[in-house]
Formats: sequence, C-alpha cells, structure tokens
Amino acid sequence: MSLTKLVETLRRSSVFVILLLIGMIFAVSSPEFLTVSNLLNVALQTSIIAIVAIGMTFTILTAGIDLSVGSLMALCGALAAGLSVRQGLGTYGGITLALLAGMGLGLINGLLIVKGDMPPFVATLAMLTIARGLTLVYTEGRPIAGLDQKFIFWGTGQLLGIPMPVILLTVIAIIAFIVLRYTRFGLYVYATGGNEETTRLAGVSPDRIKLAVYVISGFTAALGGILLTARLWSAQPNAAVGWELDAIAAPVLGGTSLFGGVGSIGGTLVGAFIIGVLSNGLNLLGVSSYYQQVIKGIVFILAVMLDLFTKRQR
Amino acid sequence: MSAANGTFLRMEHVSKAFPGVQALEDVTFEVARGEIHALVGENGAGKSTLMKILTGALLPDEGHIVLRGQPVNISNPSDAQALGISMIHQELALIPYLTVGQNIFLGREPEAKLPGFIDWGSLYREAQALLDRLNVEVNARTEVSNLSIAQQQMVEVAKALSLNADLIAMDEPTSALTRRETEVLFELMRSLKSQGVSIIFISHRLEEVFQVADRVTVLRDGRLIGTAPISELDEDQVVHMMVGRDLGEMYPKAQTERQEVVLEAINLEDGKELRGVSLKLHRGEIVGVAGLIGAGRTALAETLFGVRPVTAGEIRIEGKPVKIGSPQRAIEMGMGLVPEDRKLQGLFLNMAVRENIVLSAIRKVSAWGFVKFREAERLAGEFVRKLGIRTPSLRQRVRNLSGGNQQKVIIARWLTLQPRILILDEPTRGIDVGAKAEIHALMSQLAQQGVGVLMISSELPEVLGVSDRIIVMHEGRITGRFTREEATQDSIMRAATGGKENNVAD
Repeated sequence: MSLTKLVETLRRSSVFVILLLIGMIFAVSSPEFLTVSNLLNVALQTSIIAIVAIGMTFTILTAGIDLSVGSLMALCGALAAGLSVRQGLGTYGGITLALLAGMGLGLINGLLIVKGDMPPFVATLAMLTIARGLTLVYTEGRPIAGLDQKFIFWGTGQLLGIPMPVILLTVIAIIAFIVLRYTRFGLYVYATGGNEETTRLAGVSPDRIKLAVYVISGFTAALGGILLTARLWSAQPNAAVGWELDAIAAPVLGGTSLFGGVGSIGGTLVGAFIIGVLSNGLNLLGVSSYYQQVIKGIVFILAVMLDLFTKRQR
Repeated sequence: MSAANGTFLRMEHVSKAFPGVQALEDVTFEVARGEIHALVGENGAGKSTLMKILTGALLPDEGHIVLRGQPVNISNPSDAQALGISMIHQELALIPYLTVGQNIFLGREPEAKLPGFIDWGSLYREAQALLDRLNVEVNARTEVSNLSIAQQQMVEVAKALSLNADLIAMDEPTSALTRRETEVLFELMRSLKSQGVSIIFISHRLEEVFQVADRVTVLRDGRLIGTAPISELDEDQVVHMMVGRDLGEMYPKAQTERQEVVLEAINLEDGKELRGVSLKLHRGEIVGVAGLIGAGRTALAETLFGVRPVTAGEIRIEGKPVKIGSPQRAIEMGMGLVPEDRKLQGLFLNMAVRENIVLSAIRKVSAWGFVKFREAERLAGEFVRKLGIRTPSLRQRVRNLSGGNQQKVIIARWLTLQPRILILDEPTRGIDVGAKAEIHALMSQLAQQGVGVLMISSELPEVLGVSDRIIVMHEGRITGRFTREEATQDSIMRAATGGKENNVAD
C-alpha cells in the first residue's frame, strides 16, 4: 500500500521534480540564480503568464482551449490604459472596464462554442485575430503611455517586499484551487471535460459550465494584459504576441490533459515556473535568445515524455 | 391490469418516426411494480427508441405515458429522473477521472455551509453507505478509471438507486461481464425487485432473459410482437418472435473435410498471460476457443497475430516454423484478425465503407502511389454484395452501420487479402440474432473454401453451434479439448473454471 502510494505521489509530482532539477542545474552553474532578488525576479516574470495559464487551465479541463488569450491581453491592456488616460476615466475606471471587456470577449468565445457549435480551437482562433486587430485599431498602432503612478504600481510596486503581480497570482491561484477542489462548479468543470453527455444527464448544464470557463479565461487574460501594461509603463499594440503558447504549455506541462477532465492548478503553477525558471536561468548564463527557444522546446518534449513515462508505469 | 394490481408503468400507443424510418408504431408497453421485465428484439427493432422516450431523451410523435396510474409528461432527462426513472446505458456513462462518490452524486452533491461548496465528508459517507448496502465492494473514494467494468456497472446501479429510482432500465448490462459477475448483478437485480423496484432488462442473450426475467416483451421492426410471462415461452418461441423465423437456422454448420494443418502453436508463451499453449488449426475447420474473460484467449489471438511477442515456444504455418513479431508480418503470412473491440481496433468509424474494405488491399487497387478509385469501388462493391453488407452506399460512413454490418465490413477487409487463417475475437458480441446467423454462415462458408478459422467466443451456444473442435482456456493454459460431438455446456464450463466441478459457480 505504502509503495503504491509512493509511486502514485512520484507520478503526480514528476513535473515538480523536473522543476527542481532545472533549478538545481542553474543554481550550480550560475551563482546569481539562487539569490532572493533573482528568485523574486523569476516570480515576477512568471506571474503574468501564470495568471493567464490558470484561466487556460479551466478551458482545457473542459476539453476546450482558448487561443485568443495573447490578443485579449493586448486589447484589454490597451483599453485599460486608453480609458484611464485618453478617456479620463481614471486608473480604476479603466481597469474595471478592461476586465469587463475581457470577460465579455470571453463570453463571446463561449457563445460561439456553445450556441454556435464551433470547435473551441476555431472560435478562439478567430477571436485571436479579431482582438489583435481591434488592439491595432484602438491604439492606432502606437503605444499608449502616460499612465499614472496608481496604475503602474500594480505592475511594478511591492507589498512587504513582494511584487504586486506575484501577490495577485497567489490570490488568483488560491481562489482557483479552492473553486476546483471544493465547489460544485469546480467538480462540474472536471465532469464536463470527463464526459459531457453524462454531465448533461446528471441534470447539470455543460453549456453553462463552458460559457463560464471562457469568461474566466477572458478575465485572467485581461488581468494579465493590465499587469503587463503596468509593468511596461505603457500599452503596446503588439504586446503578448504568441503568449497563448506559453499559457497552453504551462497547464500541459503541469499534467492537464488536452482531452479534458484531468489537471490541477498546482500543476499549472509548476508548469509556468518551469517556463519562467528556464528563461531566467538561460538569460543569466548568457545564452542567446535564439538558442533559448530551441532549448525551451527540447525541455518541453523531455518533460512531457517523462510525464507520459511515469503515467505508464502505473 | 390496473394500478391496483401492480402496473407501475404503461406506455400507450407510442409512435415515433425518423426521416425515412418508422422507428416505433403503436407500441404499448407495460411494466409491473417489482418485476424484471425483459425487452428484446433485433437491433433496429425499436428498443432504444422506446427507452429514449421513457427517459426523456426523445419525444414521441404519438402516445403517452402513465406512471403509478397518473399520466405524466417526460420531456427531458431531468423529468424522468424526478419521476424515479433511471437508465443504465450499455456504454457506461461514468466519468473515469472522478471518484465513485463524485459520480454517484453528480449534480446532487450535498452542500456545505458555504453555498456552492461541497460537503465532501457527507458525500463520501453517503456513497459508501449506499455501496455497502448493495454489497458492492468498492471504496467510494476510488477513481472510476481504476474499477473493472463489472464494478462500474454496480456503481451505475448504486447511482440509479441514489436517485430514488423505482424503475431502472438496463441496456445490455451483461455484455462485458464474466459469468460470475453476471451472477452477482442478477443477485442484485433480484434483491432490488424484492424491494419493489421495477427493472427493464434489455439483452441479446436469451439465456439470461430466461434466467432472470419475469416477463418478456418482444419488438420487431418498431412494432409490438407480444408480451408474455417468461414461464409460458421457450427460447425458440422468443427467437421466432424476434426474427420471424426459427432457431434451427441459427447455426448452419456445413460439414467440411479436415485437411492439412495450416497453423500450429507449440508451447506458446507471451511472457504475461500465456503459459504454454499448443494447438493445431487445419484448413477448412473452425476451432472455437472458449473460456472466461481473462483466461488468456485474447492474448492467444494477439500472440499468433504478432501483436504480442513470443517469449517461448513457436508458431508454425503450414509446417514451417515462422517468426511473426508484427501484425504486418502476420498479414504477409496469410493471417487476419477480427479484433474484440471492433469500434476501437477494427474500424475507421468516420471513413466510408469503401475505404474500410479496401484499406488492407490498397496496393492491389493503386498504381504509382495513386488509388484507382474505380478499382477500389469495384472491389468494395464486390464484397458488399458477397457478404450482404446492408449499407445505403459505398460512401456511407461506417459509424452509421449496425453492429452486424460493421463486423462484416471488417471481415470483408480481410477477405480482400484472401487469408489462409482468420482469427475472430468475439465476432458476434453485441450483434443481433439475425446478423449473428449471417456471420456464422459466413464463417462456415470460409471454412468450406479452405480457410482455417479460429473463433474466440464467450457465448457457449455459439461455440457449440459453430465449431468443429473446441479448446477451452483457463489462466493462460488449455484445460480442455473437445470435438463438436463430445462438447457440452457443462464440460466446457468445467474446463473453463479450472476443471474442478464445485468451482463452476465460483
């Protein structure tokens, strides 16, 4: 019994082991890596993508996907900046409206998928180009700067020495963990991904669950976009291009099945930190960013292979 | 019957048409309180349509439902649930990565003090209590993916009961169970019955219908053929009602002459399940392989066909020792395998009948890497005609064919290669009586043409009816060899359970 439990624990934590391994390699090869300031820096760099990846985890758990998150980040970041600076709604007016816009666009994703019966891949791929286009239209292709200190604080400020995005990530992760583990909605997210028809026959509406997860993903993308804007002191029209890939890679590295029904927030965080630690460590070692991409891809393959291998050992 | 003397459910004059098909025509169906009522008929007879109407998945064009003496409206699955009607589908509908408890109470989780939160403690306590009451030895916290099919079946029953169902419809609940597991399920059904629960039992295995049901209703082509107490009928009569012809035609075994050995296994082992299996298959004969699920029969088929490695012993084809090692090699040696799970292993469900048939022989119908579609069409058409595959066109997706016709498509694919040896693993599982007879006739015809046929089957009447010789497996060994004349259900079961008589019911 205890042996099977040990194997099971190892199986569930195999990606965590990979994260530790990568960390150890960098700790040995770069003296700067294991300093408090660098680790906080890693956390800061990872936090935004991790927040977006948490929303992505919800959609993937229902056997869906949200490819539009990178564009939604740019659009909502630009909206937050533009509304507070140009339209004079103030920092919190702009941020609130941008978050609502993210949720609204997520809802449109959900409606296309649920009511329009479109595959999530297709619906959110369309949204990817639409939202990017709207970003360019809204910004007229130019950065929006001139944010006030309150806005910038959310991206660059600290509380008790901890960067604000890291605090927000912690809060979001705890909420997401509790929702998935302890609430009906969370159970229904797993159930919808596990077997939609059974879920429907149990009197639960998988359609409503699916709508909700795309709204959640829209919200976390918007939040990520706003934090990115705050960190960069301005909204860039081509911000977060390609970030949807990292946002998908994080939960998948963390053991979330693209077929739905299996996965956890803890896994997603570990996955996101593998990505973050890798970039940070490679930067410290002075590896060219061209090679970094190659190395990242290879590490993804190895991580997923190890995960598959340990699962097969069951 | 009136409500007073126990009619629980009455579906009156139900009709339902789909484009081009009258699925049900004026069917009246009645179930008493606390009875096990078998519903039988060939595929397409209207059983599932009737059950879908009962459980709210479909609305009838005409007719109505009376439950407990009251007319009721069932327009969606939740209506049916609220009225105490539950359906256990053939393809089990549990969610594999949720726990047993989560599955049982899905959609009805006990709420904790905080709204929206689940009281996991009481959920698992209630689930465990329910399982214990049913004598189901399963931990409510186990993930469903770790359970056997039989255990999942029991969990489905527990789920139905937790819904306070007093009418449970079971669609082919025994199709994937061993004999012993079936017995356990029947025990459970009988005990539910004594508690006043009514059960509708859909099965293709008439043996089981006679074993467990109180009454039987037969449908054919969407029409009610009759309802009668099971004690007033025998199997022949029921089959006659189902197909409109007699059981005598069911196993049309033509005598064939025994010829030279085409396939021989000597002390074959696969390192896992097989523990030294020796057998000979002659040209023109059908050898039936009987045994319980898990006896190693599928392992035998897969080892012969090169899916599993040979770790000891050897395989000879026409007397010459051969190393097989891969299915591709097995096919080159003239072997074919019709696998156990036709949807998963045998078919390309979303591809057309034509592609499914010509796929293995694609080289024959192509040149320079291009498929000659006219040739392919001709080849596929030829086999559709020869095997009597009922399909509206060669371009129909295989998904839309009935089970029997799907099975014929797989057989047709092998026949395009003119195999010397054909291995069939459970060739008639889940296939209705009429199509079954056609597949049996086909096997017999192949044997006459000189093919050696090895048929694995869990249905004893089929093994006894079709085979020239029968071998019985138990725990990876052959524990019995019989000729057609020697074999009886008893002797086979004794060998299948390890040879000890008192073990038969174990």
